Amino acid sequence: MEHWSPTSITDTGTQPHSVAARLARDPKVVCAGGFILFLILLAIGAPLIAPKDPLAQNLLMTTVPPVGFADAEPGFLLGTDGLGRDVLSRVIFGSRVSLTVAFVAAGLACLIGSLLGLMAGFLGNVVDALISRLVDVWMAFPPVLLSILLVALLGTGLHSVIAAIVVIDWTRFCRVVRTETMGQAQMDYVVAARTIGFSRPSILFREIFPNVVPVLIALLTLEMGIAVVVEAILSFVGLSVSSDTPTWGGMIAEGRQIVHEAWWVLAAPLAALFATVVAFNQIGDGLARSLDPVLRR
Amino acid sequence: MTAPRLSIEELSAISLRDGDRPILRRVALSVGTGEVHGLVGESGAGKSTIAKAILGIIPSQVKVTGGRIGFEGRDLLSLSAAELRAVLGRDIALVPQDPSTALNPSRRIDAQMTDGLRLKRGLAMKEARLRARALLEEVQIRDPDRVLVSYPHQLSGGMRQRVLIAAAFGLEPKLVIADEPTTALDVTVQKQILRLIRSLQERHGTSVLFVSHDLGVVAKICDRVTVLYMGKVVEQGATVEVLAAPRHAYTKALLAANPRYDRPDTGLEPTPPELIAALRAEIAAFDANAGTGPRDG
Repeated sequence: MEHWSPTSITDTGTQPHSVAARLARDPKVVCAGGFILFLILLAIGAPLIAPKDPLAQNLLMTTVPPVGFADAEPGFLLGTDGLGRDVLSRVIFGSRVSLTVAFVAAGLACLIGSLLGLMAGFLGNVVDALISRLVDVWMAFPPVLLSILLVALLGTGLHSVIAAIVVIDWTRFCRVVRTETMGQAQMDYVVAARTIGFSRPSILFREIFPNVVPVLIALLTLEMGIAVVVEAILSFVGLSVSSDTPTWGGMIAEGRQIVHEAWWVLAAPLAALFATVVAFNQIGDGLARSLDPVLRR
Repeated sequence: MTAPRLSIEELSAISLRDGDRPILRRVALSVGTGEVHGLVGESGAGKSTIAKAILGIIPSQVKVTGGRIGFEGRDLLSLSAAELRAVLGRDIALVPQDPSTALNPSRRIDAQMTDGLRLKRGLAMKEARLRARALLEEVQIRDPDRVLVSYPHQLSGGMRQRVLIAAAFGLEPKLVIADEPTTALDVTVQKQILRLIRSLQERHGTSVLFVSHDLGVVAKICDRVTVLYMGKVVEQGATVEVLAAPRHAYTKALLAANPRYDRPDTGLEPTPPELIAALRAEIAAFDANAGTGPRDG
């Protein structure tokens, strides 16, 4: 009998095998990942890293421009706001709320949405009909109004911001995961698993779920970006955490009022917000590309 | 011949979607111990429906209206889902048609091969892995260690089909359903795969139901053959006899439609229209007699 020569394993050749190795080759993902990592370190070490107390007012030093501009003060790298607080320190402390919301709210929305999506997609019939109708009705509400309403009901604070985002955005995960699960359930390898007589939970978690994970991770990362924006919106309208905690959205709201005298008060948190959302989106795109086993060829 | 391992009696099925069109018309066939039984017919003849009925994966638009599928003294059609699951993967296994879609793209070969061995054969992880490696050697994969840690997309089509054959025979089933296992492969690989199935089947004494539209392939591997036309058995017997002296006009037409490499001067004969008309009349008469209704066009 002839032997199959080892070279017939048509290998991917120079392409690295592991997902991590492939991500490391993607400059956009490396930059974005580096930025988010940097941000996480800033948020954790804010009390050590921030040059000033973010709440300390100095009414003799209001609207000092950033270093490099006329009338700048050496102690205030990004200048001060209308109450003389250090903008840089406030941006650094503001990252805490943004990142907490990004990870916790997106994570919870992902958990709830994907569980319901898996159930709907795999069990089908009545379960699917119920969950899908619920999603349809849910999505008919305008999201920003719904979140404002929710925070108004729950009271301001970090927990209600997170709750509002979860309540609104689980539907996004539910829809995508449901569709993916249904598609997977039709695949030959899932049918093949049925012909070996595997139980339904075993098929769902061994055969279907691993193929849903890539989409899920990509979506989760994108959702983190969205969560950051939603939190900023809620802060902007004063419905997020109390005003003695610096947030990017709150800073944008304050900066907007004095943008003609002190543009940096608006620009600094806006730049931080922008960079964070772009970074999350880049990671999401990169992950979607390199985790997809079909695109991986 | 000993008592047949699989005996299908009077199996009838209709398509619910298509005005209750009959798909199987009182099909009877039996597969003996250690026998390779070919099931031949053109697309839509009902070959796959028979295979799916045995494996309990009949699509929802098809309904079995009568008959039994006897396997080891039990009627597979009357088993509960749990009872059927116990039989599948242990006593009956499938070699699927398309090796490019029958393996889960996001799981490594070792994980996919050991699943069945652990869940259906009760092996521990370590034993299952050793067994999987031995199985790959048995299907003449020269580099089993490398294949085990590969993802499906890293293997060629022929390799994947070897893996699937190894997985199916590795469960030591009494009956293997081979659903057009060589259709998706190129001709040189086809031959190797056929030889492989035959040698494994002989070594393990496995019965094989070999579904194919290709009489040339059936001639190479099958002991006996059943020819289906529009869900009705038109001819049945030892492969040598049926192919050497086909009694039914349809079998003759099928043979004439096969390329003859030994006689390149003879052209391919399409099935003559008057034969198709005659066959349809025959089936209409059969339906009228059987009382399944002459609802067919």
